[in-house]
Amino acid sequence: MNTQKIGAVLVVGGGIGGIQASLDLANSGFKVYLIDSAPAIGGIMAMLDKTFPTNDCSMCIMAPKLVECARHLNIKIIPDAKIEGLSGDAGNFQVKVRKKARYIDAKKCTGCGECKKHCPIEVADRFNQGLTRRKTIYIDYPQAVPAVYAIDKNNCIGCGVCEKLCLAGAINYKDTDIVENINVGAIILSPGVDVFDPKVYTKFGYGIYKNVVTSLEFERILSASGPFSGHLLRPYEGKIPKKIAFIQCVGSRDPQVGKNYCSSVCCTYAIKEAIIAKEHSKNGLETTVFYMDIRTFGKGFEDYFNRAKEEYGVRFIRAGVSKIEEISETKNLILYYENEEGAIKKEEFDMVVLSVGLVPKPDMWNLSRILRVNLNNFNFCRTSEFIPVDTIRDGIFVCGTFAGPKDIPETVAQASAAAGRAMALLTESRGSLVAKKKYPDEVDVSNEKPRIGVFVCHCGINIGGYVNVPEVVEYVKQLPDVVYAENNLYTCSQDTQKRIIEKIREHKLNRVVVASCTPRTHEPLFRETIREAGLNQYLFEMANIRDQCSWIHMYEPESATEKAKDLVRMAVAKARLLAPLKRVEIDVIQKALVIGGGIAGMSSALLLAEQGFEVFLVEKENELGGNLRHIYKTVENRDVRYFLNQTIEKIRANKLIKVYTNARIKEITGFVGNYRTKISVGKFEDEEIEIEHGVVIVATGAQEYKPTEYLYGKDSRIITQRELEEKIFNHSTTEFFNDKTIVMIQCVGSRDNERKYCSRICCSQAIKNALNLLEINPDANIYILYKDIRTYGFKEELYRQAREKGIVFIRYDDAKKLELQTENGKLKIKIFEPILKEDLIIDPDLIVLSSGIIAEPNNAEIAKMLKVPINSDGFFLEAHVKLRPVDFATEGVFLAGMAHSPMTIAESIAQAQAAAARATTILSDKKYYAEATISSVNEELCAGCGMCGALCPYEAIVYKEKDGKKISSVNEALCKGCGTCVASCPSGAMTQYGFTKKQIMAMVEAL
Amino acid sequence: MSEFQPKILGFLCNWCSYAGADLAGVSRIQYRPNIRVIRVMCSGRVDPVFIINAFLRKIDGVMVLGCHFGDCHYLNGNYNAEKRILAARKLLSLTEIEKDRLYLDWVSAAEGERFANLVNTFTERIKNLGEIKINDGTKEMLLAVKDVLEGERFRHLTGVEYQVTEKENVYGEKIPVEDFEKKLEQILYEEYIKARILRLLQNNELTIPQIAQKLNTALDFAFKCVCSLQENNIVEMKGIRNGYPIYSANKY
Repeated sequence: MNTQKIGAVLVVGGGIGGIQASLDLANSGFKVYLIDSAPAIGGIMAMLDKTFPTNDCSMCIMAPKLVECARHLNIKIIPDAKIEGLSGDAGNFQVKVRKKARYIDAKKCTGCGECKKHCPIEVADRFNQGLTRRKTIYIDYPQAVPAVYAIDKNNCIGCGVCEKLCLAGAINYKDTDIVENINVGAIILSPGVDVFDPKVYTKFGYGIYKNVVTSLEFERILSASGPFSGHLLRPYEGKIPKKIAFIQCVGSRDPQVGKNYCSSVCCTYAIKEAIIAKEHSKNGLETTVFYMDIRTFGKGFEDYFNRAKEEYGVRFIRAGVSKIEEISETKNLILYYENEEGAIKKEEFDMVVLSVGLVPKPDMWNLSRILRVNLNNFNFCRTSEFIPVDTIRDGIFVCGTFAGPKDIPETVAQASAAAGRAMALLTESRGSLVAKKKYPDEVDVSNEKPRIGVFVCHCGINIGGYVNVPEVVEYVKQLPDVVYAENNLYTCSQDTQKRIIEKIREHKLNRVVVASCTPRTHEPLFRETIREAGLNQYLFEMANIRDQCSWIHMYEPESATEKAKDLVRMAVAKARLLAPLKRVEIDVIQKALVIGGGIAGMSSALLLAEQGFEVFLVEKENELGGNLRHIYKTVENRDVRYFLNQTIEKIRANKLIKVYTNARIKEITGFVGNYRTKISVGKFEDEEIEIEHGVVIVATGAQEYKPTEYLYGKDSRIITQRELEEKIFNHSTTEFFNDKTIVMIQCVGSRDNERKYCSRICCSQAIKNALNLLEINPDANIYILYKDIRTYGFKEELYRQAREKGIVFIRYDDAKKLELQTENGKLKIKIFEPILKEDLIIDPDLIVLSSGIIAEPNNAEIAKMLKVPINSDGFFLEAHVKLRPVDFATEGVFLAGMAHSPMTIAESIAQAQAAAARATTILSDKKYYAEATISSVNEELCAGCGMCGALCPYEAIVYKEKDGKKISSVNEALCKGCGTCVASCPSGAMTQYGFTKKQIMAMVEAL
Repeated sequence: MSEFQPKILGFLCNWCSYAGADLAGVSRIQYRPNIRVIRVMCSGRVDPVFIINAFLRKIDGVMVLGCHFGDCHYLNGNYNAEKRILAARKLLSLTEIEKDRLYLDWVSAAEGERFANLVNTFTERIKNLGEIKINDGTKEMLLAVKDVLEGERFRHLTGVEYQVTEKENVYGEKIPVEDFEKKLEQILYEEYIKARILRLLQNNELTIPQIAQKLNTALDFAFKCVCSLQENNIVEMKGIRNGYPIYSANKY
């Protein structure tokens, strides 16, 4: 039997999770099949307008990844597909995949959209949540990948008009389903979720009242590419709303609809939508959020919540909405709600947004049966806290919302983690199935006079309908050095690529200009094409005469044509000065340094070592384990001690992992691929070791806050949760029999003036400990005093159990501070009870402070050595809060665990595996390829003033001595090519390849 | 006579404002056709010298659009762009070319409509300002501005401004931004006058009163500038006329 593992992975679902997993795998030597049930990848994230908490535009940050997937040589995207069968085992699966007929030849369709203009049938547009209609020949969204139309056969009447119109000949009415067997070594499940259908709640009238919408519908309404072109209008008659209500927990935290879990994202997305709605509205908009608990537990979310209240004036009302009524004349809506004091109130709004929860897709049960993976009670994929991205079946991994509700960064981290687990499984087959494109040898054009070829695109009628393309071509032909020019129906089509290659050869072109759409999406394609013709790919320039010309001057064809000529002339002027560029190759030391021997650091180290990479694991304490040494049980009641010991054993047994305890990082020098680090080892720091490595993973962890509040340290009856946990599991349990009344105080050292952030884990930790206490002493009266209970995700179940078992939850807030006193040796807590509206006195025997998580104080030192940023709370700051959760902006440095922000064990492990997978994208190749359009120093001219280095955000400029003077020099591996240093160089010594002063000036002068 | 159609040049950063402009296109938001765009990776790449050259070539208005603060793909390129472009505007205010012909703002990749609005508003503004007047006089002024922009002082000061006013200087201190700006303004004025003087003295031999009159500046200030130029051996004394020394540029 052939036991060779297959070096390919099937990724099921092309949302942001599937995309990330695919890219990580394909960038570290594996072939990827990415299937999606929809006609285009993108998932829910593609539908979102903005992302919290930075209000970044969702599509803007996602589009580069979509494009990279589409262009990747080793990612095969299979849209309209689903799994029908599975055989084989981990390492060698046979997957039966059915690809639905699309009736359009993906190779021929250019996505111009001519067909849809004339299609006579309209149906509800799924992508716009049914708020608009689309044709039966359609594309989901403008940036869709693949950018290929599809025919919705169920609704198509078969009139045949699209075939007649299609200039590319892409329509194929005879298309049929194709069933394919795909051979892969591992499978990653990232099918995502649906949103809850609120029709179940008749009280809200969703589906009947037109101005009651779901949050996803509202997201589309806010989107510039949505149904109302980004104008905030209510769906009934397009009136601009003045008052919008958001209702939280629609389809979440509700056992009555079978959803007794928290969807984790709705609080923060509602805050986002309320903020963005306010920003949209020029005449003042009131937004009100009705909620049970505000669960802004993620990094930076609490601050976002505070800003929503304070800066934007979003109103928050803690209340359950019992009913909505529509006023038939105005179509306004009356909300009935019960406020915290128990009074029934009503208020009129002109629009209501239901913050719908996340629910598993209906066919997940079927998928789980085919794949033989387990689902939990709520039909999400079952995972375990210590192996968060593994399913019950070996070789099948899971990430994203299918494994439980979560936001984008967590999804992305899990996706990288799942990719990492697959990499470890298939290590021996890395590189076995990847294609490497062969290019002809590059023609040396350095001594040739420029011979420029210009290809002007009609883009169907997208350009040609408004810009006189033949006139532009004739004009271009007269420009100096242009030896060839032509127009194409679609310059991006497959056959035009062949044509461009032919023309390059025929006319000995040594520079190519394409005048068509935006270089942001299409430059890679054309660069590839000229490369195939033997030209250096940087001998290419684009003029954007569609997105920035024909589309925006549709009613001024003459001006548009003049502008197109100008833009092409400018591009030609630059093209004349283009020089071949090279991406510098840097040798990579295929070893990793992991800083921090807690669970995150150990998990990263193990995943890397499993893939055959040597790891240096540095821990400042004298033993491994970090915070886990003080934790005994997880919230799901799993044995942490056993798991920790097992993990440490695995680390110790792995020959590739070198552990340094009692060790301190003294100095880190170097850059991606080539680091040199000095470590002092031993209690007396008497031994100094120097190591060389290619990447760094920062997993320095965090600490429990030592309270100064509530008499902590002054009275032995006042302890922290961690101390309580130690007592429960370490000491004789008898001492708790005496403690009849126990009070737990939440948010000690979190969400206060000094530390505004939420520590995320304390709510669940408190409830876990409270339940454990009840096991020991069922008669204990336990009170939990809280601001909001944040048992997100499936931890909501814990909260329900706690209430069922009689644990009393009383809310307090900063306005009504808790008072703690000792009277005659007795503890007394005074709390304002919001429901009874009076002060309550409790006489506790034991007070447990749920103290928050604070950043490691020596993060700043590590940050300085690595030249990476930390935030105002002292945690490390990742490269991008949404899409690069475990990367730093500095290439080659990664981040995992509580060094990032407070998180659970499962979340730390997922992040650690993600960081290891991200690191593998560098370690798996002996070479690292730097950017090409980077800065460079003319050493003769450099005066050594150092201005460039001071401005460089990537620490890419170093100083060296040459011929007795100090000069700057660019580290090609680190430079990202922004050009800021160039614009500030006083001596004209700096230049940026591809954006030289001469080139830019030539464009200015051509205008 | 047909309406004046200004020529407008836009420098857009690849990641935000250029993407915003693309989005305006995808959303088919119609706006004025006067702008021509040059794509750079980061607004931080925009050397103000490019802008002056554009004006010299009779471009009526220049827009520099980058990412919003915090959104910069290169972390803080836009901060440096801001300092540099605002300083260039200060220099323009010393000339007869209206500083409002240079505009700096931020557009995210999601703000197609905002991009279109900014272009329309700016186009309208330039229309109201009318055609850029490039004659011997204004040309001299722009060339002097260009000299300043290329000079070390301008580049050093605008280069460090963000660091020392928003973060910290080498002493770990933060210089109040107003103080820095005030100082920068003085320095820019001095550098500008020096550049003008140097240009005058390249083809003429002039006395201090003549220089002061030509540049409409105080006698003592003109003298101070000439002295500074002389100290650096760029200007030299050629003789005496009417009781004043006469100066000309040192031609080496």
